[in-house]
Amino acid sequence: MSDVKRHKREVRNYLVGFGLAALLTIIPFAITAAGGLSRTLFDLEILLAAVVQVLVHLRYFLHIDLRHTPRENLLALGFTGVLMVLMIGGTLWIMGNLAARMMGT
Amino acid sequence: MSEVDTKAHDEAEEKAYGFWLFLMSDAILFSLLFATYAIMVTATDNGPARTEIFGYWRTSANTALLLSSSLTMGLASIAISEARKSAAFQWIFVTMILALAFLVLEIQEFAGLVAQGAGPDRSGFLSAYFTLVGTHGAHVTVGLIWMAVLCLHLAMAPIGPAVQSATERLTMFWHLVGIVWIGIYSMVYLPGLYQ
Repeated sequence: MSDVKRHKREVRNYLVGFGLAALLTIIPFAITAAGGLSRTLFDLEILLAAVVQVLVHLRYFLHIDLRHTPRENLLALGFTGVLMVLMIGGTLWIMGNLAARMMGT
Repeated sequence: MSEVDTKAHDEAEEKAYGFWLFLMSDAILFSLLFATYAIMVTATDNGPARTEIFGYWRTSANTALLLSSSLTMGLASIAISEARKSAAFQWIFVTMILALAFLVLEIQEFAGLVAQGAGPDRSGFLSAYFTLVGTHGAHVTVGLIWMAVLCLHLAMAPIGPAVQSATERLTMFWHLVGIVWIGIYSMVYLPGLYQ
């Protein structure tokens, strides 16, 4: 591939990522400003937009690609994801449970 | 590729992998700060709650600044990988301005909170908030210093494999800082601002 072509592809990659990320940022900010959703729907929407945007950043900015990224990098990323779910989920579960048992004291 | 080139390439790849592992451990650190914040968010000790202290426009401005800086950092890294020096300077300069503006807004916000009696010592909620957002701000500061060092490197010598591989790591670092910010505005600011 020629250098010019590669340059164009890399710049386009960043611009597409930026466009998607901007859109996924504007949506939760607009919904926050507009109001009117129930708390559950609001939380769900924010979470969804955040997760999708993290994936966009990983794909377009950090160039994570299931076929071309070295296997050990993907493994580390996956392991990190598992640890995050365990630690955040575990913390919320245990502390939430404790708070429920301590109710009224 | 000559043998020397291959060796430099392997080394750069090894360093990128090592740095990737560091970034993953950094991400785990942040996820624990997020968990702490989620637990502490109701522990306001009759002080200010999250619905009272955040500003919509400041949060929007900070988000816009940091997201734009991810783009300009990417453009800088492309310029450096192609050994185009003046374009590299341009984009790193823009990235540094954006990062600096972000830090100024954040320091203003922190100073304002402390002035109105909502400092980190006020409640568990505020301790967790300052720890999480402050740690992110410290990362932005480190990134800014790293960019300044990169500018010195660029000014002193022609762009070679060493600077290119360092830039690759700085770019990875900067994108992680951007990803953490997505978590911060989604989990801290917007839920606080939503009435």
